[in-house]
Amino acid sequence: MSEVVLSEQTRTKLAANADARVGHLRRLLAGDAAFYWACRIAAYSVLLLLGGIIVSLIVGAWPAIKTFGYHFLTTQRWAPSARPEPILGGLGPIYGTLVSSAIAMLIAVPVGLGIAIFLTELCPPRLRRPIGMAIELLAGIPSIIYGMWGFFVLGPFLADTFQPWVISAFAGIPVLRDVFAGPASNLSLFNASLILAIMVLPFITAIAKDVFATVPPVLKEAAYGLGCTTWEVVGNVVLPYTRVGVIGGGMLALGRALGETMAVTFIIGNSFPIKASIFAPATTISSAIASEFAESDGLHQSSLILLGLLLFVLTFCVLSVARLMLMRLETKAGK
Amino acid sequence: MRSADAYKTETGNGLNYQSIGSGAGIKQIKAKTVTFGATDAPLTAEDLKKDGLVQWPMVMGGIVPVFNIEGVKSGELVLDGATLASIYLGTVKSWDDAAIAKLNPGLKLPAAAITVVRRSDGSGTTFNFTDYLAKVSPEWQSKAGVGTAVEWPVGVGAKGNDGVAGNVGQTKNSIGYVEYAYAKQNKLTYADLINGAGKRVSPTTPSFQAAAANADWANSPGYFQILTNQKGDASWPITAATFILMYADPGDKAAASEAVKFFAWSFEKGDKMAEALDYIPMPKPVVELIAKTWAADIKLK
Repeated sequence: MSEVVLSEQTRTKLAANADARVGHLRRLLAGDAAFYWACRIAAYSVLLLLGGIIVSLIVGAWPAIKTFGYHFLTTQRWAPSARPEPILGGLGPIYGTLVSSAIAMLIAVPVGLGIAIFLTELCPPRLRRPIGMAIELLAGIPSIIYGMWGFFVLGPFLADTFQPWVISAFAGIPVLRDVFAGPASNLSLFNASLILAIMVLPFITAIAKDVFATVPPVLKEAAYGLGCTTWEVVGNVVLPYTRVGVIGGGMLALGRALGETMAVTFIIGNSFPIKASIFAPATTISSAIASEFAESDGLHQSSLILLGLLLFVLTFCVLSVARLMLMRLETKAGK
Repeated sequence: MRSADAYKTETGNGLNYQSIGSGAGIKQIKAKTVTFGATDAPLTAEDLKKDGLVQWPMVMGGIVPVFNIEGVKSGELVLDGATLASIYLGTVKSWDDAAIAKLNPGLKLPAAAITVVRRSDGSGTTFNFTDYLAKVSPEWQSKAGVGTAVEWPVGVGAKGNDGVAGNVGQTKNSIGYVEYAYAKQNKLTYADLINGAGKRVSPTTPSFQAAAANADWANSPGYFQILTNQKGDASWPITAATFILMYADPGDKAAASEAVKFFAWSFEKGDKMAEALDYIPMPKPVVELIAKTWAADIKLK
């Protein structure tokens, strides 16, 4: 049996050490608590901001909601100077927003997935980095640059070459001849959709590329081993394995397309009446607000705020649906 | 506002001015955040009284139709009010329409669709342009009306004079309308117009001044005069004045008297400058009338 005898000196030293340690731990604890609260406040401020934005949008839109009610959603006329009262309906911009985004997705999703598949499955390693970087650079270009390019270069090019060709190609076919009706125009719904497609392409490609990279090589090798072609491997192994991520990327891109403002304002033509032809000018919610807000007042301004509220709701719905789809896919994949 | 810079170098007094649209200018002066505002769409005497404002015309300018047709130069094309309204209503769709051909015998115009360009933002230029169209076309009056932003039946919207000019320059077979100063400085191709007296006129300083000469400023409370479609053989039909708005009883008297001094200086010395900037100075009798208004209506002490 051994006994440890501590001298008086050592004992005081140890006690002092213990006190110092307790103090230090307390300080750490206090620091941790402060960190916890700082983070918590930061997180709550997001909710507060979001709530504040919704409330101020509703307050701003209230006069328009009270005056037009649900007719706002079904009225195509936009007559801020009508006498005695302005007649304002949001159908034109809502239609323009939905259709331009839909066409943009129709173009961007196949192309974006194609790029991602090429980069991950088919591309010679030497080319992978330059093409990947080019796609990432596309995402970094400010939207006003896309707008200017669309206005000065793409618009005239489409109006002089592509549009007349499509118009004459579909001239004799019912329905399609109305969808692709002339005259060709520098500023049109289709041009805006095409610019939107280019703008959201990097989002789709970047996410698809990342999720394609998560497919276990052993699965692909097994499929190749069974004699599958690349087409079959992509269709039966890669895409089913990654569809959650691919859809998520698509929804993210759709969210951006719905709200894009400057580039679209430049090239869509800012025209409220709904036309059957996609080569006719149109307008979107965000471009209508960007064009008219500074000069608006009264009911006109309130209606623009109501349009903003609708865009908010629309984007929220798209993101919710995306979440819901992803959740269902995840549970299905889990079974 | 080059005149404000010149004023500063000459007198040492600076002015802070912001270029915002007419509607926003009116909004700010109603909210009392500024010393004075300027607008192309005058307020009525009732509105002025309601908000305690004084209004007078400062300079004049014209609004001109500009177009882009290959091979057709400035002044070669002529339009009348009714045809211009029909183009903007979408009933005249092509440059070889009979209505245009009748006005332009001998001028070869393409069988191409007209791209109509107009403002997408609210603007005093639009106010005066639509006011003119409404005066010459009952159909325009009932279908689109008059205002800083109206329900356009056709066309593409562009932001600002520069936006319209850019679009017209960029789009073949298009037509738009911009302030004369803008058209001249950017060398846009403009059209002549047939005025109310049935005479063909070009957009020039004398034709704008002719339009202002007939206006009865003395008997218009608040100087409410819209100079479109004025009588007279030489009058340019879409002439417009820019109006200044100030409080009858300004809160900051020192700033207000400084502003009035600036306007008086501008009337006195700014004539040359206005012409250099392609705006048209107000006629002398009107200036004297305005000086009386300042003395009578604005409480500077």
